[in-house]
Parts: sequence; C-alpha cells; structure tokens
Amino acid sequence: MMSFKRMWALFVARNFEFIRDRAGFGWNILFPFLIVAGFGVIFSSDTRSEYKLGVFPVKETRMVVKELKIPEKLKAYDYIKIVPFETHDEAINKLLHHKIDILLENKGPELKYWISDSSPKGYVLEKVVKESIIPEEFFVSRVIKQQIQGEQIRYIDWLFPGILGMNIMFSSLFGVGYVIVRYRRSGVLKRLKATPVTAFEYLTAQMISRVLILLSTSFLVWFGCDFFFSFQMQGAYFDAFVVFLAGTICLVSLGLIIACRGTNEELTNGIINFICWPMMFLAEVWFSVEGASSWVKNAAQALPLTHFLSAVRKIINDGATLSDVSPEITILLVMSLIFLSIGSLLFSWTK
Amino acid sequence: MGLRLIPHESNIIEVKDLKKSYSGSPAVDGINLSIASGSCFGLLGPNGAGKTTTVEMMENIISQDSGDIFYKQDARNKTFNQEIGIQFQQTELLAYLTVEETLKTFAAFYDKHLPVADIIDLCMLENVKNSLNNKISGGQRQRLLLGLALLNDPDLIFLDEPTTGLDPQARKHIWEIIRDRNLKGKTIILTTHYMEEAQSICDTIAIMDNGRIIEQGSPEALIDKHCKDVDCPENLESVFLKLTGKSLRE
Repeated sequence: MMSFKRMWALFVARNFEFIRDRAGFGWNILFPFLIVAGFGVIFSSDTRSEYKLGVFPVKETRMVVKELKIPEKLKAYDYIKIVPFETHDEAINKLLHHKIDILLENKGPELKYWISDSSPKGYVLEKVVKESIIPEEFFVSRVIKQQIQGEQIRYIDWLFPGILGMNIMFSSLFGVGYVIVRYRRSGVLKRLKATPVTAFEYLTAQMISRVLILLSTSFLVWFGCDFFFSFQMQGAYFDAFVVFLAGTICLVSLGLIIACRGTNEELTNGIINFICWPMMFLAEVWFSVEGASSWVKNAAQALPLTHFLSAVRKIINDGATLSDVSPEITILLVMSLIFLSIGSLLFSWTK
Repeated sequence: MGLRLIPHESNIIEVKDLKKSYSGSPAVDGINLSIASGSCFGLLGPNGAGKTTTVEMMENIISQDSGDIFYKQDARNKTFNQEIGIQFQQTELLAYLTVEETLKTFAAFYDKHLPVADIIDLCMLENVKNSLNNKISGGQRQRLLLGLALLNDPDLIFLDEPTTGLDPQARKHIWEIIRDRNLKGKTIILTTHYMEEAQSICDTIAIMDNGRIIEQGSPEALIDKHCKDVDCPENLESVFLKLTGKSLRE
C-alpha cells in the first residue's frame, strides 16, 4: 500500500542531497545567470557587428573611417564593421577563411571588391555595397518604410524563457536521469529495494523534489536576472507559473525514462546529451526554426521543450492567457503521463 | 513430478533446489537450505562460490531462475521487507545526509521500528551522528549499515560480509552486536571470509563451492568430521581448505 510517510522521507532526503551539494546547487543557479549576463553584455554593446567589411591598403593604426575612399553610405551603416588591412594578400587570406565577408580596395572612384562565393554573408554584403553607390534620393517614393505597431520585443526578452527552459531541461535530465543511474550503480537503489519502499513511491518523491527545486531555482534566476535586465512581462505571472510547472513535470518525467534502467553513467551521459542537444536547437532556445524544412518543424513538435517554450513565450512576450496556451499545456500533460507510465513500467532497482 | 518441499514450522526460511545462471554459467546450482528460527547461520565459500547470489535470492533482491523459497512456511509476500534487515556487501548511502538523518529516513520506511537513539547507541554512532555520510570512516560506515539493517527490529537479518575491511576492534564490536541480536531471538544469516568470525558466532555453517553446498553442520561437527588427521589443526579454516582446496580469499 502506498505510504505518504515513506514518500515524504524520500522527498526530504533528496532535497537535502541537492541543497547540501554546494557545487551542483550553485551551478544550477549560476549557469542561467551567466548565460543571460553574457548575452546581456553582447547585445547591449554599441559595437555589435553582423558583417565585416575589409578594406586595403590601410595602415591599421592610422585608419580614419571618414578618410577611406569607399562609398560614404557604407561608412555610416549599422551592423557593418570596417576592418583595415595593409596588403592585398593579407586581406584575401582573411576572406578565404571567412574572417571577413567582403573586401574593398581603398582607392576610388572606381569600386573594386572581392567576395567568397561560398559565403552567404558575402552574398548579402555584395548587394549592400552595390546599393551604397545609389543616391538616397533614388529611393524616395519608391521604397516606403512602415513602422511596427506596439512594443517591440528585445532579443533578450525572447531569449530569456529559452534559457530558463534549457536550464530546466538539463537539470531534469541530468538531475533525475543521471543521478538515479548513479544511485543504481553505487547500490543506493539496491539498499532501498531491501526496504518496504515501492518504485512508485520512490519515483514520485524524486519527481516532486526535482520539480520543486527547479521551480524554486527558476524563480530565483528569473528575479535575479530581472533586476539587471528588466524583462518585459506581458502576461500574468501565475499563468507563467502554471506553464513552468507543466513543462518541468514533463521534462522530469522524461528524465525518469532515462533513469528507469542502466548502471553505466557514461552511456547515460551520452544518451542525455543525444536528447538535449537536438531538443535545444529544434525547440528554439537560441533561434527560431521558422523557415526550416517542414520535417524539422514536424520533428520539433514531438519534443516537450518546443511546447513548453512556445507557451511560456506566448505568455511572457505576447501577453497570452492560460486559455490561449491550453493546447501546449495539454500536450505537455499528455507527454508527462506517457513518460511517467513508461518510466514506472520499465523501472528496475538493480538492472 | 518433482519433490515438493514441505516447510517446517521451526524454520524461518527454507530454499529448495534454487538455481541461478548468468550468461549461461551457473552461479547457484540447486541449493537446498533450511534455517531454523533464532539460529545464526553462516554461509562460507571462496570468492565466486555463489554466496552473495544465494543470499540475494533469499532477500528477494534478485529473482531465481528456478526453485522455491519459503519464509515462515509461506511464499514471501509484501510484509517480507517489513520483517527483514539487510546489510549488503557493497552499498553507498546518500552522501549529503547525516548519520542520524539517514537512520531517521530509513526508520520512516517501516511500520514499526526501534528508536533511532537506541540504534545510535547500540552501534556506537553517537559521536558521528551529525556527520555527513561521506565524511565518516569505513568502520563507522559499516556500523551505520548494520544499524540500518537492525532498525526495524527484524526477525531475519542478512549480513553479507559485514566486517570486511574492518580493524580487529571494529570487527569484534560488530560480532557483539550480532550476538546480542541473536540472543534476543533474531535469526542471522551471515556470509563471511573470516573463519574465526563464523566459528565464534554461528551455530550452523554451510560451505559453498561452484554454486553448490558441499558441507553443512555445526562448526564443532564439521571440525570433528574433517580434522581427524594429526597434522590438521582443529579449526574451521582447516575444514574449509580441505573441502574446497582453496584459500578463503583466492
């Protein structure tokens, strides 16, 4: 018969294990802070450049941009960094190795340039260079810029839920999957098998403990990062909490499948990485897969993190309500049920 | 039709024709045992003889390929784990719990248990009760593992090499605890590499080799039977060497 007393004892023991393991506990808090802080620094910098335009011959130490003999418009464009080279050979070498995207001769009035045909950025920058010799008046009444209505979403506001989701994913899979496999190998689970504790009691206690820990650390990270970056929260915090809860339960349940068998930590490590890395990219933690092949998008729909991040971004970035994200929550709960059932059925204390 | 074992009411555990193989190699090859309630039963054998596999099948940790195991004249049921205590040969504990927390956690698993303070006292863990499990010595760890095995005041206690790696003083202390439990009517099943330990504590000995029991009886009876030669020292180790032809730690 199921015993809440046993589950509570296991739950408390697991929490002690997590909190007292200072290295693991600290890393769980510090990791997302570092990622967000790193991106914060990168994206708040004025010198951010997407494209690199090489110019030669220029004395590197003496470069004065306004004195360069290249089109004036190019000197003023955002996201283009001008890189000086003293010789043609040196500059061509950098172009061949994709260190720069296009190379211009510092001569004039004729515009002479080199690009690598295998460089997508070079291809785009070639169009920009050509456009730069067309006077701005040419575009008047031909090209009309429209303003986006409403508040624009900063990249960091879009990225932050992804970082939190990624942290939850790693902590769920390593903190449950890897840890339970380690316990099995070291005989901790065998010792528990010799007691009246049932697999259901053990797994439930592990899951509740991990969900609680992950939600608490996510809360700390969120408000810690918010202090520095002032995230824009369009929806309700309660709605975000519900989505985080569903997402965390789902990812921890996935960890239980990994944990259900095996004593080989190296293999488990490999399996977790095999699951985590594709999920991290396909679930749009870092960038959107909009425009990717349809099979990529379909594959992404099979991953719990996709639905988790989709729902949480809708709430945080777009102000969606629980009703708006109910399809994602339903999918997460159904996946949790499937993962938990598989994990419980296949669980072994010793094999 | 095969023979059916009729469990005897004075036996706490009985096994009949127990077999277990790993990758086709027999680890336990048709063992029969009857262990009387309140006895201290020693299972001896060289490394790889099948002692741990036999004991773990009796403990219900691993399943047998064939054969029967009866506990108190019946098949083992859900209350079995409430009534037994086990000290495994190799077990790690949760590293970041203290000794006392570990005992309290395990105490919560049982419907009835001895007071944790009594176990701490019995196993002489008072001075380390607030230490983390990963900070205690080997001897203290063995005493804690023994304490966990005794926590629910079990009727049947399995001890798989409980004194391996301990200094003589720590070993003798564990012997005292085992004797104390045995005097209180608890049944002990002990595997060990230490002949003097088995001779000192156990009232019945079974010697295993190659997955089979090759001899069984009281230590005195075994010595009487196998140490008749003038040049054979009258102790259990001589019996063991004579029967298996192997050193205990080979």
